[in-house]
Order: sequence, then structure tokens, then C-alpha cells
Amino acid sequence: MTEGVAPIQLRTSPHIRQAVTTDVIMLNVVYALLPVVAFAVFAFGISALALVLVATASAVLTEHLVQKLAGKKTTINDYSAVITGILLALTLPPGFPLWMAAVGGIVSIALGKALFGGLGFNVFNPALVARAFLQAAFPVAITTWSPAFITTRFTQFIPSSLAWPFLSADADAFAAYVKNAAIDGWTGATPLSRMKFEGQFEPVASLFSGTVAGSAGETAAWLILLCGVYLAVRKMLDWRIPVGMLGSVVVFSLVFYLLDGTKYPNPFFMLFSGGLMLGAVFMATDMVTCPTTPLGVWIYALLLGFLTVLIRLKGGLPEGVMYAILLGNAVTPLINMYTQPRIYGAKKVTAPS
Amino acid sequence: MLGLGVVLSTVLAVANKKLHVFEDPRIDDIEDMLPRANCGACGFAGCRAFAEKLVEGAANPAQCSANSSDMTEAIAALLGVTVEAGEKRVARLACAGGDNVARSRAMYMGLSSCRAAAQVGGGGKGCPWGCLGMGDCRDVCPFDAITFDEHRLPVVDEAKCTACGACVDICPKDLFEIHPISHRLWVACKNRAAGKDARAECDVACIGCGLCAKDAAPDLISIESSLACVDYSKNDTASIDAIQRCPTGAIVWIDSEKGAMKGAKAKKIERETPLPVG
Amino acid sequence: MDSAAKDGSKKQMASSQAIASRSFQHGIHPPEGKEVTQEKTIQRLPFPPEVVIPLAQHIGALAKAIVEKKQEIVRGEAIADPGGFVSVAMHAPLSGTVTKIDVAMVVSGVMTPAVFIKGGETPEEDVCHGAPVDVDAFSPREIVAAVQSAGLVGLGGAAFPTHVKLTVPEGKSIDTVIVNGCECEPCLTTDHRVMLEQMDDLLAGIRLALRATGAPRALIGIETNKPDAIAALREAIPEHDPISVAPVRTKYPQGAERMLIRALLNREVPSGGLPSDVSAAVFNVATLAQMGALLPKGQGLIERVVTVTGGGVERPGNYVIPMGTSLRFVLDYLGFKGSARQVILGGPMMGPAAPSLDIPVTKGVSGILVLTEDELAALPKKVFPCIRCGKCVQVCPMFLNPSRMGLLARNGQYELMEQAFHLNDCFECGCCAYTCPSNIPLVQYFRMAKTANRKRKAKK
Repeated sequence: MTEGVAPIQLRTSPHIRQAVTTDVIMLNVVYALLPVVAFAVFAFGISALALVLVATASAVLTEHLVQKLAGKKTTINDYSAVITGILLALTLPPGFPLWMAAVGGIVSIALGKALFGGLGFNVFNPALVARAFLQAAFPVAITTWSPAFITTRFTQFIPSSLAWPFLSADADAFAAYVKNAAIDGWTGATPLSRMKFEGQFEPVASLFSGTVAGSAGETAAWLILLCGVYLAVRKMLDWRIPVGMLGSVVVFSLVFYLLDGTKYPNPFFMLFSGGLMLGAVFMATDMVTCPTTPLGVWIYALLLGFLTVLIRLKGGLPEGVMYAILLGNAVTPLINMYTQPRIYGAKKVTAPS
Repeated sequence: MLGLGVVLSTVLAVANKKLHVFEDPRIDDIEDMLPRANCGACGFAGCRAFAEKLVEGAANPAQCSANSSDMTEAIAALLGVTVEAGEKRVARLACAGGDNVARSRAMYMGLSSCRAAAQVGGGGKGCPWGCLGMGDCRDVCPFDAITFDEHRLPVVDEAKCTACGACVDICPKDLFEIHPISHRLWVACKNRAAGKDARAECDVACIGCGLCAKDAAPDLISIESSLACVDYSKNDTASIDAIQRCPTGAIVWIDSEKGAMKGAKAKKIERETPLPVG
Repeated sequence: MDSAAKDGSKKQMASSQAIASRSFQHGIHPPEGKEVTQEKTIQRLPFPPEVVIPLAQHIGALAKAIVEKKQEIVRGEAIADPGGFVSVAMHAPLSGTVTKIDVAMVVSGVMTPAVFIKGGETPEEDVCHGAPVDVDAFSPREIVAAVQSAGLVGLGGAAFPTHVKLTVPEGKSIDTVIVNGCECEPCLTTDHRVMLEQMDDLLAGIRLALRATGAPRALIGIETNKPDAIAALREAIPEHDPISVAPVRTKYPQGAERMLIRALLNREVPSGGLPSDVSAAVFNVATLAQMGALLPKGQGLIERVVTVTGGGVERPGNYVIPMGTSLRFVLDYLGFKGSARQVILGGPMMGPAAPSLDIPVTKGVSGILVLTEDELAALPKKVFPCIRCGKCVQVCPMFLNPSRMGLLARNGQYELMEQAFHLNDCFECGCCAYTCPSNIPLVQYFRMAKTANRKRKAKK
């Protein structure tokens, strides 16, 4: 009976493991992003689809090449580069030139992740690093918004999408395209920039349903929320971060609204406009760059909300989510350091460096 | 701003003068002449500490076994001392149980490190004293003096070895010992089980038969718990005769040119491939 | 194991709703896997032809053998004396002959001195050795001495000598004896069965422990997944008794000494301290049951209840196994399946894997878990980088930061782990490694780091 059986094996305890591994978590985040991508394609047509594909392919390819250059095994099968690529695309204007998106994909992985030592060691969210880079490098392209639900969107690219590499988009062609679409009163501005620069507030309902202009994947607040709920229920997303961030946005913008209701928008406008929903659900929650301690998570979430409101209402830019999260990422190590819980049986609170 | 700059630079200049600690410049010079491996073989905490002790006259340049003889001479010349060279010492491995001769009782699966494996049921090797062959010693050696042979057994390059003792400290089975190269008689085994049990686990184990003790000079070799032990205080009496009748080749004669030599009666090892686990 | 686990958790939910329960913070909920054996009454295994009694079955000094080669001995006779205060006696589980005193391999893979006994022709179940004594007349000091010579150690797995815990340190007092019936390790059911089947012995043992420590009360902590044990013990304990049952939440590692003290008394044992620092003493139920059974008879510990379970065993159950019986004998008798690949002594969370089937069952072995190829193949293999998800931080019952320590361990910064991250407060419960989605061998890293630190300190 015990004779002649295969050799016994030696493993270290624990001998059981919970089943949700890192690649499964990452893959589920990809699944949760797919509906958002689908809506982006539905709203903005083949340009949005091409944008997502190009950014993702560029990010994944960069990851693969970087690993190969470093003489290591490829890490694209952990799906983290896919998430970075998709998230980057979703934060870009739908008509963003594709070659620029490809540059963004390279930057996100090479500068945002590999430079720090790969997955787990990056200080900043790679997708946002790339977006910040693109914002600095191509300020016009990244603020050129195209209208949603144009009838020809499934047959025709937004002209700016197909700009030649190293050239910016043809402004006349874009103007003609928007004109052809016969949308009256199209100003090419997002609700936030209209609020900022024109003092006009979009109705909250259209913000919620995603019928406004904006980045490819940030317009449908309801869908992003739904996808976030899916991840939170599967425990693959820390619900405290979106709840804390959105909550603090509401609180701080309410303060401003109560101070001057004509100058400042109501909290619901703040909540459903711009990239807040996408940022709060999918980017602020990036496990690598957010705090690990229970108290730290709340501090981080509140800080993010506060910074978002501050930049939107008082800063020079119409949108503040990206910089709020990047700033939050930067202070994450500090938050971690000072919010280490008291260990069991210890007398004093310790703050290891 | 200008005023502030002037004030601060004055403070810095004064501090530089006032707080300057005199340091013998020879310390830096000597440190430059040391290998900077910080291996600790000299017995001090790193090359800088050794250099300080040298300048104090509390150490001899020859204590650094990692340095080239030219550099040691140069340091001695700089300090005006003579080189009190001891005998070269090297690390030796008390195991010859490669995977073609030593059995495994279980398959270890986990971190590829001897220290990690040793904590999981001893690592699964049949001989509980034997080398696990995962290379912690090779990885820790600051001089790349340890390589692995085709049977997953560490081999010490005596020319490169400086006897720093890093391998001695890291080996979870305590298989390395530092010895002067004049210690030629070496028991490459630590198995303390009875002869029959030892042989069942490894073809080259010391089975404690005592033939080497009989053939060696009186009291040079003794058998303790089925294991031959060499009394190196009587190393002068050692000769290659002791190993000739060893049936397993566990006791070897380390020749300066030919390396480890087995006795004439040692069982020949023909197997090249690893033994199956189990 | 999966569907069974679901049933188990349903039962657990129902029971925890019924009984208000206390708990520590953090921890995990692994699949319980207890349904296989929890209904199985304790059976006796036949006697093996030979036993090997290692002299180091407990934490502390080696016991000193007092028998010689070829000596005839009877079942229950003492074969080794304690080798110091933190050490216990050993007794012969078989009548027969001492064949040799030699080294034998124990589960750590280390060779330790052991007494080899060959059984006689017809092994007897009755223990003839030892005369009944009147324990009621014992002073606390005498109880402690009797426990040491009975060879009692913590049977929950730690194998720490029981008499040491019964000895109240100078200047301290014990106000609560905590009886640990949590059995939080998945798959094990020995404590559960002992509570149900050896209740009188258990209560007698608790009363002895109360007298030895001078504590006014005892709390029996039982996880809510054992409602039958909770009910039965409540029934058996008279009103206004110093002993009471305290249900605790079913959560791993509820049965860890420090966690149980936190759950029942809301006290925290100071870092590096002992339960007596917070006026508590914790004993496993099986230990106290043996104490209650053995002391009045003047006998020593020669066998124990072991849960033999896992997919690789044909007839899982709870068995009385004589100390020193080889795993091979146990598994041959109970059916070792061809698909079996790994044998664990204890539960799946903390039990070490046995390097050989010739390892003897010792005092600290509460379970023999045999995992099959399929069960092992289901384990995640690929190790991903730490993504700082913080799940380990959220489950560590000691509130440590396994994520940071794991990164430090990878770089060999063992000293920093101890100085700044409280490495030595980790008791290797395995919650962090269990929950880590990146499959990082955190516990293995921590063990390596602790050993390296110990080695470095010893060198200094």
C-alpha cells in the first residue's frame, strides 16, 4: 500500500491557498472595463475602438519588450499591461490621434512602470503617468473633444484619429467633420470646461447617462459605477476608496455650492462630470499605488476627493482627477508609514521607516 | 538673499574647520589597496575597519586573505611592517553526495534556497546531514569561488577561495569548514547514522568501518557515531595510506595538484544520471 | 473538499446566528473540511509491531532515557526522565523489549535520539503500570510534579510542557484558565471528539488545572461550528460552577493562544511576553482530558487521539494511536491511496509536511492529513510580484505588515524585519500566505529570516 507509490512531496505550510490569484484579479478588472469600452465605442464609434486597441497593444508590446530586454520572462500574462492600456485609452479624447495614443502606451509602461522595477514597484498609476505626459506633450490634441452619437461614427473615423505620426491633426478637417455631423451649438467643450470657462452647468441627467462630450470612457457614470460594484462584490476592488473619494467630493463641493450657488456647481454635477467616476473606481483603486493600511485608505480617499474639488474649482485646469490621483500616489508611502496599525501586544505605536 | 547666502556659507566654512576630525590619510590609501569585498575574513567589520586597524598597528596586512600578494606587500611597505603570512586557508565541503550517489526521500517544492528547504522536513534528501545542492553558498560567495558540478554539488576553487567564511555561515547543514591547505586528509561526509543506514542513503557515505583509523598513524583518526573524525592537531602524521582501503571513498586525500583523490579500494561510481526520488 | 466546505460554512452560519460569539480581529475563513471526520467516534488502532519514541517530542530539553538495550518493559512504564524543568517524562506505549537507543528522524528532518521498542507477542490494551493515587489530596505543587512525570505536553500541536504552564511565575497570578476547544485548523476534529466523548476526563482535568494555578474560573472557548460540543458541555457543567462555556466565532486562527485570550478576556499578551503576564493560562482540551484521565491512575501519556484525514486516506476518522507508531503503519492500516502525495502532521494551515513515512507519531501530532496529487495540483504555482493589495495586512492577527516584510526578506534584510517590523511577533499562522493573491511564500520567508537572525545572534 505505501510501497511502490510515487515519492512524497514536501511543501511549506500553509498547504491551502485561497483561489483568487493576481492574474485572476487583473483579468476581472479587464472584464469590468470591457462594458465601459463597449459604451465608448457605442458613443464615439470606430475611432474609440481603434484608440483602445492601439493604446492597449502598445502598452502590452512595450511590457513584453522591456522584459525581454531585461532578460526576464515576459509578464504580459498577468494582464496588468492590458489594464494600463485600456485605462489610458479611456482617459483620452475619442478623436485623439492614434500615433499619440501609441506613444502614450509606451510611456505608461516604460516610464510609469518598468523604470520603477515593474509591477508592484511603481509609485504612480502608469496610465495616469502616460496621460500626464500626453497632456504636456500634446496639449491641443488632448483637449479636442468630439461630439458623441454622430450618425456616421461606425463608418467613419474622426479625422484627427488618423493624423500622421509626428504630425498634429488637421484642424480644418476636424471642423468640417463636426459641421457635417450637424450638431448645433457644438462648442467642443466638456461640461467641466464649460463650467469653468463659461459658467454653464450641464444637466446632471445627461452627465449620468453619458450623452455629453468627454474622454472616451469617462462619460457614462452609471456604467462605470456598475462595473465598480461588480469588482467590489468579488472583493477585487477596495470599495472604501471610491466611496471615500466620491463622498469627499460631494462634501467639499457642497461647501463651495453653499457658499455661492451661482458660481459653483452643485455636488451632483461634480460627482458625475469629467473623469471622476473612472478615476475613483478604476484608477485610485490601483492596488500598487494606494495605501495598504485601513486608516491610510480612508485618508488617501478623502485627500483625493479634496484635491479633485480644489483643482476643478480653484485651479487653472477644468479637470483635476488625474493630478489628484497622482498626488495621492505620491504621498501613499508617507500615509502607509504613519498609519501602521498598532501590532498586537505592542505598547507604543510604531512608525517604521 | 545675498546676505543670507553669505551668512550660511560662513557658517558652513566655520563648521568645516571647527568640526573637522583628523584622520590618518593612510587609512584611505590602504583601503584603496584592499579588495573592498568587505568579506570579513580578516576578522574585522569590513575593509575600512581593517585599514584602521592596520594603521593602528593592531593587524597585519597578511590577515587579508582576499588580497593579492603584491598588494599585501605594498601595504606592508607603506606601513613599514613585514608580512607575517600565515598559511593559505580554504573552505572545504564535508559532503560528496551528489544527485547520482545520494538518494532523496521526498521531493521538496518551494523557494529554491537551501536555507528555506532545510526548514521543510530537512529538505527531502535521504541523508539528513547532506548537501541540498540549491546553491546558497555559491550565491553568497563574494569571490565566485564556488561552482556547482554536474551532480549539483558545490566545488570550491581553492585559488579563488579566501577563507572568508561566508559559505560556512550560510550553509544550513553546516557542511563547510575552513582549513589550512596542508590539511590533506578530509572526510567528505557528516553522516552519523549506522553504517548500514548511511550506505542505504548514499553510495559515498562514511560507514564508520574504521579501516582508515587502522591504517593511519595512531590516534589521527577516530570513529565517533559511525563517522571518521580527523584530529588535525596530529596533521603532521597524516599520509595518503589512510584512505587506501576506504570502501566508499568517503575519506579523501586532497592533493595540491590532482585535487581530491579517493583510495584504491573505493567503490567506483558509474552512475552519471540523478537517482530517482523516493 | 469544495462542496463539503460549502455545507460546512452553511452549518457554521446557522450556528453562529444561534449563539452570540466573541472573536479576535483579522484572520481568515478557510474551507473547514471537518465534515469528513467530525461525526466519527474515536476508534482504537491496532498496536504496531514496533514503536520509536523520540526523546525530543516537546519544546525544551531532551528527556533522559532510563532504559537500556534489551530491557523488557511493560506498557505504561517510564522509559525516560525529564531532562530539566522544561522537559517531560516518556512512557512505553507497548509491552516488549528495548531494541536500541539510536537516532531517528522526526518531522523536521533532523535526527534525534530515540528509544526503539519491539512489541511482545500479544499486545494488551490495559495499562498495568502505575498505581491509583488520590489527586484530591494533592497540593498545587504536587499536581505540577505529577503532570511533569506523566509526560503531558500541549496536545494541540505546540507540545509545550503542560506543567510549565501550570506553574504560576513568582509575583503573578492567574485569574482565568482558558480551555482551548477552538480547533480552528481546518480538517482536524480530535478536540471536537474529545470534548464529546471524554467530557468527564476533560472536566476533571480542568478542575485540576484550576487547583494547580489557583485560578477562580475557567472558560472553555469553543468555535461556533461545534454546536453539539457547546451544548453537551453546557449540559454537563452544573450551575454556579467556576467552569463555563464561551462560544467564539469560527475563524482562523481563533485557537492561537494570543487570539483566544484577546477574544475571551479582551486582553493582549505583551509582545515577547507570556499569557501569565495578563493573568491567563491556556490549555488545549485534549491535554486537560488526558490530565484528568491519567493523574488519578498514576499513569503517563502513551497514546493520543489523532484525526487521520484527507483525500489520500481510504478510511478517514479519529483514532487512538500509540506514541511512536510510524506514519507508514497508520496509513497502511487505514488505506494509503496511490494518488497520495503529501503527508502533513497537523492541520493544513500550520502542519509541517513529513519528509518520510517512517516518522513516528509524537505527542504534538493532532492530525495526519494526506493530500492527493489532484489536491496539490489545484494549488497556485506561479509567484507574481507583490502588488501591495494589502490583503495580508488585513488578515494578520498580530497586525504585522507581511507585505513589507516579504519585500525585505527577498532582499535578505532580515535584521530590519526584526527591528522595525516585529518579525518575532509572527507565529507563522499562515493567514498572509493563504490570502496572498500573488502566491508569495511569506511564511517560508519569515521562517528563513528568523533562523538567520537566530544564527547571527548565536555567532555574536
